[in-house]
Amino acid sequence: MASSKRLTGRQKLGWAVTTILVLLYALFPVAAIFANSFKTQADLGNPTFWPANWTLTHYEMIFVGSAQDLFLSSLRNSIGITLIATFVAVVLATLCAYAIARLNFPGKRIILGAALAVSIFPVISVVTPLFNLWRTIGLYDTWLGLIIPYLSLTLPISIWTLSAFFRQIPWELEQAAQVDGATQWQAFRKAIIPLAAPGVFTTAILAFFIAWNDFVYGISLTSTEAARPVPAALAFFQGASQFEEPTGAISAAAIVVTIPVVILVLLFQRRIVSGLTQGAVKG
Amino acid sequence: MASITMKNIVKEYDDGFPAVNDISIDIDDGEFVILVGPSGCGKSTLLRMIVGLEDITSGDMLIDGERVNDKPPRERNLAMVFQNYALYPHLTVYENIAFPMRLAKGTFSASDVEEKVQKAAGMLELTEHLDRKPANLSGGQRQRVAMGRAIVRDANAFLFDEPLSNLDAKLRGQMRAEISQLQRSLNTTSVYVTHDQTEAMTLGDRVAVLKKGLLQQIASPRELYEQPANLFVAGFIGAPSMNFLPGTVEPSSTGSMCLNTPLGEIELPEHIAAAGQGKDVVLAGIRPEFFAEASTVDENKRGRGSVVTAELTHVEWLGNEQYGYISYENDPRVVDTLHNLAQDMDSDDLRTQLVVALDAMSRVRGGDSTDLWVDTRRIHLFDPATGENLTRDAEAGAELTRLAAEDRRRERERSAAKAEQ
Repeated sequence: MASSKRLTGRQKLGWAVTTILVLLYALFPVAAIFANSFKTQADLGNPTFWPANWTLTHYEMIFVGSAQDLFLSSLRNSIGITLIATFVAVVLATLCAYAIARLNFPGKRIILGAALAVSIFPVISVVTPLFNLWRTIGLYDTWLGLIIPYLSLTLPISIWTLSAFFRQIPWELEQAAQVDGATQWQAFRKAIIPLAAPGVFTTAILAFFIAWNDFVYGISLTSTEAARPVPAALAFFQGASQFEEPTGAISAAAIVVTIPVVILVLLFQRRIVSGLTQGAVKG
Repeated sequence: MASITMKNIVKEYDDGFPAVNDISIDIDDGEFVILVGPSGCGKSTLLRMIVGLEDITSGDMLIDGERVNDKPPRERNLAMVFQNYALYPHLTVYENIAFPMRLAKGTFSASDVEEKVQKAAGMLELTEHLDRKPANLSGGQRQRVAMGRAIVRDANAFLFDEPLSNLDAKLRGQMRAEISQLQRSLNTTSVYVTHDQTEAMTLGDRVAVLKKGLLQQIASPRELYEQPANLFVAGFIGAPSMNFLPGTVEPSSTGSMCLNTPLGEIELPEHIAAAGQGKDVVLAGIRPEFFAEASTVDENKRGRGSVVTAELTHVEWLGNEQYGYISYENDPRVVDTLHNLAQDMDSDDLRTQLVVALDAMSRVRGGDSTDLWVDTRRIHLFDPATGENLTRDAEAGAELTRLAAEDRRRERERSAAKAEQ
């Protein structure tokens, strides 16, 4: 496709302009937050984009200063909860997607349909009953209390992505392994899993983002630093006095939590893109 | 090594469609049997039932006398080469070949594995590629890796599922020879599925021709060629395929029996004429090489055939031989039969032209009228209604297959003697 048509100069220019516009639109808020995180408290009200004096006070505040307790504990919660939720989602989704792609069993379509239905169900309508339920059974404000709802967010997309992946792996490989003397489990582990690794990886990253970025569950189902994740903790930052907005500290914390996401994407850009397109287009 | 016995094997899909219908085949220890037929004839399904990747609806599958219907593939100890090779892309060539041995934990020591892989690699000329990944190999090399994986295991039998269909024509010929030699030297029972009749003819000790899940005939390649059981086998085996000329057996003006065809009268030997007598219309199966230019035929040979005159529409010169094409008006009574036949064989020509093999030196060109001599002794007559071969000499056919088995036995003894030295 790409080689069949060469872009003319004008088309190239058009694409370049469009790309720049989209990039500006997408990145401007991030840049603004980035700039804000380096402004002094007094500077924050000024209508200039870049800080007049670059300062690290906000970063100091969240890491070693007054907001340290709030931020560091929530960072720990976020990392722990997200990693566990991602891991569990990927393991369950791998098994489930394999079954969906390979085995014929009644209710296969129902599982896929239910997964889709769950993923489009609005989070906000689930959160209130969940709040009551969690309080009753003692899951409120615990890691597990967040991991379970995060699984409901990450599992559907993981199952869909992975089953698309598994469908592309030639079935003959598994059959060849069986003829070569493997049990079904051995064939899965030795012939299918290594091939599905890029897909599993892509899925893990997607699941990680989803759990990492969640706000609604994070703020509704936690009350202390025992389980509160970073996006929720940002809302509890306080200024030096009640007349000061904690804009600088929030910006600094936002930048800090964005870093792992950016690093992940930069490191695995190729894999994510190939994973996403492979999942989307068959063959 | 083992014999494979299929007794009344049936494969019915959920919708009731019988992909394989009551097939019984006995495969002797060390024999090379080909399953051939157009796509959808059930040949691959049958192979997959032998190896255990497909359930058997009814019938018995015996390997070395033991019923294996309910055994999973890994307990049948068979090796299979898949059409798309099914190599493990994440493993090196070495590990691909060693894979079956790695699975059988404890059976093979590290030095066993090393020795067997090196031996197989040497046999298949893969030694210098052992550290490469399958993705970096050519089609022929991948094919050989797949075979290497099959031969390291001392399997009971080799099963091939159209192993050469992904290769280009030249490589296919080469690999065909290699598979043949490998099988002869290892003497392992083999079942080979193909839709290519050249592969079937050159590789097989016996060839089973299938159509729509039914076994049409199983015999040595020569018997299939010389004594086909029916219209389908006759048309399927041989390239270019057999001509089917409609005609009626009648007494000619000279009094002898002859076949009245759109090309004119062809005199028939008595026993052939007798078989076709009384039929409203018959199809005369005449292979292209049964024809020759009358002027090139020896005087004493000419008497054993008949001569017709026809106008060639065009000729194809291929270097070693030459094919002439003759158009003729088809008999409306056989149009349906030939149409169905073409459909059964996956082709769409309606065969209203005759192909004749001419000497490569012949100067006959398209548009010329020429006298063609037909070797009438080898003509077969088919019943258009049933497709049955009316002139099949079962005894002569069985003799051909017996001779082939004899040849094979001698060959085996020779290779065994060679191995002992």
